[in-house]
Amino acid sequence: MAATVRIPTVLRPAMGGLTTVTVEGSTIGAVLTELTTTYPAVEGQLLNQDGTLHRFLNVYVNDDDVRYIGGVNAPVGDDDEITLLPAVAGGAA
Amino acid sequence: MLTLTPAIRDAMIATCIRALPNEGCGLLIGRVDGDDATATEVVPSPNVAASARVYEIDSRVLLRTFRRVDDEGFAVLGVFHSHTHSEAYPSPTDVRLAPDPDWHYVLVSLRDVPAVVRSFRIKDDTVTSEDIYIEE
Repeated sequence: MAATVRIPTVLRPAMGGLTTVTVEGSTIGAVLTELTTTYPAVEGQLLNQDGTLHRFLNVYVNDDDVRYIGGVNAPVGDDDEITLLPAVAGGAA
Repeated sequence: MLTLTPAIRDAMIATCIRALPNEGCGLLIGRVDGDDATATEVVPSPNVAASARVYEIDSRVLLRTFRRVDDEGFAVLGVFHSHTHSEAYPSPTDVRLAPDPDWHYVLVSLRDVPAVVRSFRIKDDTVTSEDIYIEE
């Protein structure tokens, strides 16, 4: 299984400047693990040490935020497009 | 420098007032020219953190907006949010979570009337104030 992953601006320097990459993996967890293996500079920015999704990264399979479709277990198919976007958050706290 | 129209400024303030007692937030769309940017549209977002001290842009608004501006040749140039009871200056949380060093970070303080709108750049955990030019 190989899906296309769209890389956000902030992660591109850690990934050779690429805007999209093709990654093997049948689940989001597998895809993000493979990305981290291939581009070690992104370690800690995609997954937590326990393998869960980083709190401040939004991951989508096509139009769906993976938090609503199984998180790291969300299935990924060959023609799926995965989009990574940093969460936009902050506040006075 | 960030260039705004009065309508853009007022749309940000209105979004933040409607969100009270929570922080309000949204994205700024427009054109970028080096360190300068001109906002042409405000995209309000629900504050999914639903908090008076924290904000988070709805992930679906984020995806929809990024896709649309890519298609239209514009850019997401930054984000705005309110501080309901403190000054219009990035908090340590804002600095720690700033998602993009190329963005313009607009703070709307509702502590005083009229609301205070200021813009900042946040790069490598360093906050720099920038001028806002209101284009009548």
